[in-house]
Amino acid sequence: MNQTQRLRIKTLLMVLLMVVCANLGDLMLKRGMLQIGAVQMSPAGIWHALLSTIHNGTIWLGILFLIGFTLCYMTAVSWADYSYVMPAGAFGYAVQTMLAVVVLHEAVNAQRWIGVVLIVTGVLLVGQTHPTTTGEKAVAQLEAVTPP
Amino acid sequence: MIKVGLMLIFFICCSTGGEIAMTHGMKQVGEPENFRPATLLWFLWKAARNSWVWLAAPLLAASFYSLLILLSWAPLSVVIPASAFNYVVGTFGAKYLLKEQVSVKRWMGVVMVCVGVALVLLTGQ
Repeated sequence: MNQTQRLRIKTLLMVLLMVVCANLGDLMLKRGMLQIGAVQMSPAGIWHALLSTIHNGTIWLGILFLIGFTLCYMTAVSWADYSYVMPAGAFGYAVQTMLAVVVLHEAVNAQRWIGVVLIVTGVLLVGQTHPTTTGEKAVAQLEAVTPP
Repeated sequence: MIKVGLMLIFFICCSTGGEIAMTHGMKQVGEPENFRPATLLWFLWKAARNSWVWLAAPLLAASFYSLLILLSWAPLSVVIPASAFNYVVGTFGAKYLLKEQVSVKRWMGVVMVCVGVALVLLTGQ
């Protein structure tokens, strides 16, 4: 396995971890807020909701996953291009749709499936490009793999 | 309508600006040599001392709150395509501010992701 392939696999694994953390974080926040119930839009209601979220373990688990997402994102962009990581992260929307169909047995309309196909195709296209294009080392690597 | 347009511009600027500042800061920090706990802690410590990372945090917070405000002002059919447009604006930012080399293939991928995200999110309203 050459250096470019290693870099690509490392970046895609980090993006996958980002997607998993973001989806689990959102899911935990949603579940936690359902346990708390609808927030009453009054000072007392908001204060009660705030106290309830502080004492809710599921909400804290969601926050931990979202911190995990942020750390994975920071780590990924420490070596990979922003224009590579950002669209690749959109793969999470496709995963959400698949989970909705497989786990929750939700009906998904044609418009959403077209969106999922576009996202997956777009991510595959971006995934085929070199993850790093800045810095002397990256430019040297790019020149080595790109035909003149 | 002008109010919504201005808030949309503010949201896109904060979101893209925050992510570009974060990327620039993390490039200065440099990638971790390995994934051992001690190395990762040192990596995080270096990130916490980087001023670009600290510039990114309030910008990303502002983008989050401006999105919430936008959702209370305008219908989802306006806000969602505009927020998906972030992918295109972000790629321009990456090309001209971060000097990344964005190939035709990457541009095509970004545009497909942008349209795809808008379609997926619009069906969720």
